[in-house]
Amino acid sequence: MDRATGQLIELAVNLGVPLVMLGLGYGIGHYREKAHYRSIKAREVRLLKLPVTNFKPSKKDLEGRVGTLVAGNVVIANDHFKRFAAGLRNIFGGRIRSYETLVDRARREAVLRMLREAEKMKAVMVVNLRVETSIIGANAQGGGGAVEVLAFGTALLAK
Amino acid sequence: MPLKSNANIILTNIESIPGREILEHYGIVNGSTVRAKHIGRDIMAGLKNIVGGELKGYTELLGETRQEALDRMVEQAAALGANAVVNVRFATSSVAQGAAELFAYGTAVKVEEA
Repeated sequence: MDRATGQLIELAVNLGVPLVMLGLGYGIGHYREKAHYRSIKAREVRLLKLPVTNFKPSKKDLEGRVGTLVAGNVVIANDHFKRFAAGLRNIFGGRIRSYETLVDRARREAVLRMLREAEKMKAVMVVNLRVETSIIGANAQGGGGAVEVLAFGTALLAK
Repeated sequence: MPLKSNANIILTNIESIPGREILEHYGIVNGSTVRAKHIGRDIMAGLKNIVGGELKGYTELLGETRQEALDRMVEQAAALGANAVVNVRFATSSVAQGAAELFAYGTAVKVEEA
């Protein structure tokens, strides 16, 4: 093997691996995001029967009811392609849509998990919903790209 | 991951316990835990970072850790003689690379028995 072929192989590896990772991220990430959104929408429709508010309950809401804390959490990571695209965005500034969908999915998923808990205990409504978001350092290089969302509230049940 | 209280302490994140009257206040109770993720979960998360999606290992880890913080808060409330904690809040902060602190706090109260 002469030097030129060696360099060619080295170039192929150096360029190929990141490209494959980007390709995988784009292909699988895109597919998984779509599937997740489908599942979120279906569950949101199903749970419409369970009202949820982000304010304190009225006297009427509390009448003849008992209450207990319910919570749901999720950690979601962005795919490699979107992280790369967001990195480019950082150069020119502007909206980073790929991260908007990431936090949107995480919030809706966390709220749905909380509602699922409430549904299991046969709650009639959930009041005082709070949503908290935090960044999880997903890898040693400090490139986060993963968020944790916690949704919690008070489920009201018939006595 | 559902959060659970021990059977004798009622938790809410509103200022009252529905259907019960508050008889006594015991002030703030809190619980906190700092935890690092372990390497196995980290490797899986590294792979997931390429294709995106939920990091189930982390979801569980944070859920368990938050439960631990909540348990400590509940323990404190029980030690004071309270039977409920109202206005429960949670906070998360990363204190070091790869470690997170989860914090739960609320007001311990005594409510009338059902």
